[in-house]
Amino acid sequence: MTLVASSQAIAMTDLLVKIARDRDKQAFAALFAYYAPRVKGYLIRQGADDGTAEELAQEALLTAWRKADRFDPAKASAGTWIFTVARNLRIDALRKGRRPEFDPEDPAFVPDPAESPDAAIQADQTRVRIRNAMADLPEEQATVIRLSFFEDKPHGEIAEQLGLPLGTVKSRLRLAMRRIKSSLGD
Amino acid sequence: MSASHHPPEDLLLAYAAGSLDEASSVLVATHLALCPNCRHDVMHAEAVAGELMEDLVPVQLNGAALESALANLDAAPVAVSRVAAKAVDGVLPQPLRDYVSGELVNAKWQWKGFGVQYAPLMTDPSGNKLGLLRVAAGVRVPHHGHSDDELTMVLSGGYSSELGAFARGDIEFADEEVKHQPVADEDGPCLCLVVTRGPLKPTAIVASWLMPLLAF
Repeated sequence: MTLVASSQAIAMTDLLVKIARDRDKQAFAALFAYYAPRVKGYLIRQGADDGTAEELAQEALLTAWRKADRFDPAKASAGTWIFTVARNLRIDALRKGRRPEFDPEDPAFVPDPAESPDAAIQADQTRVRIRNAMADLPEEQATVIRLSFFEDKPHGEIAEQLGLPLGTVKSRLRLAMRRIKSSLGD
Repeated sequence: MSASHHPPEDLLLAYAAGSLDEASSVLVATHLALCPNCRHDVMHAEAVAGELMEDLVPVQLNGAALESALANLDAAPVAVSRVAAKAVDGVLPQPLRDYVSGELVNAKWQWKGFGVQYAPLMTDPSGNKLGLLRVAAGVRVPHHGHSDDELTMVLSGGYSSELGAFARGDIEFADEEVKHQPVADEDGPCLCLVVTRGPLKPTAIVASWLMPLLAF
């Protein structure tokens, strides 16, 4: 199951690359068929009603088409990149707020130390390792991770929902992210 | 040069999830512009979110959704990479410049006591305040505690408190547990970005440089 999902997601990365390079509409249709319903599911989890979720899911995939040349397969999987697109649209639309983001072209930006040449291979391995590490998380840590990504709520509200002190929620999040990081050899 | 005091991990995570309030998000994103390590952590958190989204139960769109998206493709302009606004003084990284109308001189500075100026930048819908604080060289701030969270990030110059020495890009996080007395470095003014998420409580009788932030 995990393996199937994983190989499918790798195929999605290829589709995005094709879209950026060839403006390939068939590739877009395949990407849409796979991700639009997932993005819609994500937006509904975030509290959007069906109509809004539908509209934003379409908008997210259209944004992916427009901005495909900014997708860097060495830095993120297709799913991760589309998540960030959907997240930003959600903040603009549902919260009527802005999403402040750094700009790598900014002269004040402090760049990464030089990347290793096999970054693309690493990105792929990273996905598998993250999936495995997530599957191995203790349930209590997996729960706070899921809630923190899918509910548009401050950690304080998540703590209330779970009937836990805020400090416990924060430390579970911290522990979970450390386990995931250490699985990546960081 | 890289920062040595980083935001708490749960803030990075909330930023990646998109659930962090806007004022704190500006501060985190500005730190990320200066800190490859934290960018890495946010990238990992986003990768986790991406995998979680892969596993969500898909919710089907209505039958005509794909067709209407395809019909819109040619109308959709290809996004042109944004030309970075010129960093006139090199002190303010993006996205902070967007909130200061480009340059420091555009900030609306207010005197807040001896050697201390504050310029409010925005208050987000949750009531969190973002502002700039300029403290003259060597100025010592009265000891104070906090009833809620305060995030301070150095943009230029530096200061020291009980928690260490803070330079460009460094973040000090203070909550109700923390009482501190920051002192600006002797060699020049210290410019900070500050997020206040609740009223400050002075533990000294003298008004602090942060106390007046309450008045906004």
